[in-house]
Amino acid sequence: MRIVMSWLREVVGPLPPAKAVAEALIRAGFEVEGLETVGSDLAGVVVGEVVAIEIVKTKKKDVRWCQVRVAELDDPAGGGAAVPGVRGVICGAFNFEVGDRVPVALPGAVLPGGFEITARRTYGHLSEGMICSARELGLGDDHGGILVLPPDIPIGADVNELLDIGDEVLDIAVTPDRGYGLSVRGIAREAATAFGLSFDDPGLGDTPPAGAGYPVRVEDTAACDRYVARAVSGVDLTARTPLSWGRRLSLAGMRPISVPVDVTNIVMVGLGQPLHAFDRAKLSGTIVVRRARAGERLVTLDGVDRVLDPEDLVIADDSGPVALAGVMGGAATEISAATTDIVLESAHFDPVTVARTARRHRLSSEASRRFERGVDPALAPVAAQRAVDLLVELARAAAEPGATDIDHRPPPVTVLFPLGEPERLAGRPYPVEVIRRRLADVGASVVDAPGLADSSDPEPSGPAGGSRHPGAPGTVLVTVPSWRPDLARPADLVEEVVRLEGYDTIPVTLPLLPAGRGLTEPQRMRRAVGRALAADGYVEVLTLPFVAEDAADLLSLPAGDERRAAVQVANPIAQDASYLRTTLLSGLIAAAGRNLGRGQADLALFECGLVFRELATVPVAAVTPPVDRRPSEAEIHALDGALPVQPRQVATVLTGRREPAGWWGPGRAADWSDALAGAHSVAAALGVELTVGAGSAMPWHPGRCAELSIDGRVVGHAGELHPRVLGATGLPPRSCAMELDLDALVAAALERPAVAAPAISTFPPADRDVALVTGTDVPVAAVTGALRAGAGELLESLSLFDVYEGDQVGPERRSLAFGLRLRAADRTLTAAEANEVRDAAVAEAASRTGAVLRG
Amino acid sequence: MPAPNETADPVDLGALEPDRLDRDVAAALAAIAAADSLDALAVVRTANVDGQSAPLALARRELGSLPREHRAQAGRAHNAATGTVRAAYEARLAELTERRDAEILIAERVDVTLPVDRRRRGARHPLTLLSDRLTDVFVAMGYEVAEGPEVEHDWFNFEALNMAPDHPARSEHDTLYVAPEGSGRLLRTHTSPVQIRSLLARPLPVYVVCPGRTYRNDTIDATHSPVFGQLECLAVDEGITMADLRGTLEVFAQALFGSGLSTRLRPSFFPFTEPSAELDVQCFACHGDAGRQPCRVCSDEGWIEAGGCGMVDPNVLRACGVDPDRYSGFAFGMGLERAAMTRHDVREIRDFVDGDVRFGLPFGSEG
Repeated sequence: MRIVMSWLREVVGPLPPAKAVAEALIRAGFEVEGLETVGSDLAGVVVGEVVAIEIVKTKKKDVRWCQVRVAELDDPAGGGAAVPGVRGVICGAFNFEVGDRVPVALPGAVLPGGFEITARRTYGHLSEGMICSARELGLGDDHGGILVLPPDIPIGADVNELLDIGDEVLDIAVTPDRGYGLSVRGIAREAATAFGLSFDDPGLGDTPPAGAGYPVRVEDTAACDRYVARAVSGVDLTARTPLSWGRRLSLAGMRPISVPVDVTNIVMVGLGQPLHAFDRAKLSGTIVVRRARAGERLVTLDGVDRVLDPEDLVIADDSGPVALAGVMGGAATEISAATTDIVLESAHFDPVTVARTARRHRLSSEASRRFERGVDPALAPVAAQRAVDLLVELARAAAEPGATDIDHRPPPVTVLFPLGEPERLAGRPYPVEVIRRRLADVGASVVDAPGLADSSDPEPSGPAGGSRHPGAPGTVLVTVPSWRPDLARPADLVEEVVRLEGYDTIPVTLPLLPAGRGLTEPQRMRRAVGRALAADGYVEVLTLPFVAEDAADLLSLPAGDERRAAVQVANPIAQDASYLRTTLLSGLIAAAGRNLGRGQADLALFECGLVFRELATVPVAAVTPPVDRRPSEAEIHALDGALPVQPRQVATVLTGRREPAGWWGPGRAADWSDALAGAHSVAAALGVELTVGAGSAMPWHPGRCAELSIDGRVVGHAGELHPRVLGATGLPPRSCAMELDLDALVAAALERPAVAAPAISTFPPADRDVALVTGTDVPVAAVTGALRAGAGELLESLSLFDVYEGDQVGPERRSLAFGLRLRAADRTLTAAEANEVRDAAVAEAASRTGAVLRG
Repeated sequence: MPAPNETADPVDLGALEPDRLDRDVAAALAAIAAADSLDALAVVRTANVDGQSAPLALARRELGSLPREHRAQAGRAHNAATGTVRAAYEARLAELTERRDAEILIAERVDVTLPVDRRRRGARHPLTLLSDRLTDVFVAMGYEVAEGPEVEHDWFNFEALNMAPDHPARSEHDTLYVAPEGSGRLLRTHTSPVQIRSLLARPLPVYVVCPGRTYRNDTIDATHSPVFGQLECLAVDEGITMADLRGTLEVFAQALFGSGLSTRLRPSFFPFTEPSAELDVQCFACHGDAGRQPCRVCSDEGWIEAGGCGMVDPNVLRACGVDPDRYSGFAFGMGLERAAMTRHDVREIRDFVDGDVRFGLPFGSEG
């Protein structure tokens, strides 16, 4: 909402400088986003009369060489010119003619922004100044042409003085609860309160008694509880909106158009009441306020032919709908430059009805914005009267007798307000007289609550908010003002008292909390995972979770894979972002691609976050519980049941070198084992152990994929990515990845018993090495498992220190060299004992895997 | 003459003559001084100091052959000579050892300014770090961390938060809806649905902090992102007041921007709080002092917008089955990206989601 300070000062005064007003409004909850000063630096612009025009043709465009009289003939001011008082000026605009009066910036003039005008040679003439548009004068955004001034204003007059151009504009972001703030009237009340000024509310003006005016029938009195119609006739088509009003409208963000249109805007901005002006000649019969009928259409003012919905509230006449109530008028009954007789609509429409229609037709207007946020229903006749007055004054129109006023307003809202409530919520006392004064400031009337306490039957449908102690001592009955539909409960009134007294008067304390339990185990574990991967050299990324429809194809995921059950966004930010990720790898691969594109080839990235997978069954719309009570467990369960599954995963992607090259050597390329090691790091951080087996899941290389499980449940995969996937995604060959179901890992970790500390033997170890030859298809894990089992409890640790394949062991065979460290808890092992253990281990390996000792 | 010393073989009693001793000492000292390496000194030691055939060792053997009355004096003379030589030897040994050590250590010197980053370095995301840091502040006060799904139901995201389907505030949320239409499913627009879930799932009083990802239908540019982090705190108890909210916010603001900064509350509007306020924290760069402006951090406002807050609306409490006449509560929410951008001078919000390793690395593991 753009509030023009000169307009505001006219309604409430005397106000301090604009900056102080802005600060006071901010303190009262009106966010002033900007304070513009306009016209203050304008100097040297005078009124000129165009006396001759000559077209100058150039290659690019035509311009005009204008002779402008800037001083009366007997005035010596124009003494230097060839013709006394006349200057030659080049102008590119074509919207004025000989005889028009225009603002002329003479050499030496300064335009807003410090732009100084000089005489200069251009288009073959010496141009002695500039003819100005409204925007060039700082009068709003209109740059469609030169600002043509009324013909009766004196030539040579200072335009700044004449138009009172110097002004200030506050740009206020009005919160949705404060519809009254979308008017000079509403802001004026706040400003008056802030500075303790008296306020003569222009919204409470006198109106003639209702009487037969233009015929109106309201069929839906819930959606339209007030409809005022006034008629005027004989609008002077030559009348023009005075510059002072045009300037204010421009500064408020409305383009001046014609007197009738400008008048409706003046009233809307000034009082907050959206008006609609019908061309009476184009209306046929009674105005009817009703819901649209199926199939009805309406061409609105913006030229769009709209199919109406039976829920749309319309204004209709005998011909059918002529306006979308509270949103926009129809083209057929629009007032034009030839309109002399007008029917003015000043009505109050239900906010929800207007909001739905505006949303349904994607049509937000100045009117709908106000109705959605609540317009004062008491304002309708006052605003209509003000518009009639202005039309009479500015367009010499005649007010038709009669004022239609169909009034179905509900009674005023009253709130039983316990006077202790502000202190209960704000934490400081508020004296009764302060509460009463502040409620009066917002326009509420306050009386002592009637003695409902004595009543045997407290009325449940009585005033809102009195649930605790209706009529108890210290409770008042507050009748809220008609322009504040947001005030309906004690808490709403508390906010008014507290904000007007100042949030800065609230003391600073801390609540006394019960002892907390700190982070939960899963929360601690997730942090540990992040730290472990960061310590391992991975950089955490948080990618956008949106993917394209072909994300699963890119990863060559097979049909029926759970990662194909993607959740779809109904209104995506982009077509290639219309689904949610089902695997973190989509985002990680894209992030790796961005890094590669920027020259970073050695990458180790990780991400931890939710993935989204649709349930197997088509989700059904859950019935939403009411909000006036706690939902039942069944209702909560139904709501949750409609949601997709959202497990938390952790994943990595590796490309390039795992160990950097440097003066120490060439580094080392990342391979499948690094991806797997990352998975082990995650598991180790959680204190669980992953069982590794050969896997074949996409998007991994079928021969280089580790399937990771805990207690027989698969929790993820790690290894080299499938060459086809690398090709499709553009990642370099041999790039690797890992993804784990972190929720499953955490769940497993939570089940594990407390770590049992190992007994530390202080006796010396006995080390034995064995080289075993097996088929290459025998997994190392099987051999180590057998060795462990065979060696028994004297085996302290086992390490694989060499793997050999080649001529010495023959084809399809490999030699595995293990080191066994043996140690007893209670003695030094003898050589014979150690050898016995070694032999037992080898024997077990031989029997389980066919391994033979290498000769 | 007394009986000759039977264990000794008096070969050369003259070795104990003072002149001979002096000569031997002089020769030994000269040899010690001439030794210019530890090896040479080792040879000298054998030849002149304590080797079996060193002159002084030979002379010592003769002591027993001397008559008793001469023996004491000759012994003293010999001891003095030996002491002189040994002292010279020790001194030279120390000197040469020191020289050798110095030479070796110089020879083995390395360039310690060589790069040593043989292991790749990693980092956690700055938003993760900030979220953890702020979460810890609340946890230290006794709050617990609550979480919820990111694909949410309309009822949790809006309706229970006092935003009925036609509430005008909904239009400010630019909601991303999840198909199929009418399913009531959406990407949560704020972390506030976690408030509802907390109030429904936990016994009163409830003190929780809810960090998490939220979504809006915004095209990504320098200052907007369709995905952003929020952190929200909720306290519902008997006797909770706005004064408690102010105190809590001051603790929070200091954790975020540093101590000694004042805070201010501006009245505002949120459907789920009443009264409502915006929190401003004094600019940590200029402190609102015109002398330190122009200020890039706050654009000379002197204040940084840090989040929205207020007293939990009675309708919200009622929807969660909490009696608003007995309990009251406050809620506070803030955007993590905005805070991180202010705190770390991040210019493009896009940097948070692009995943460029150059952006993340400087933050390390504790940011």
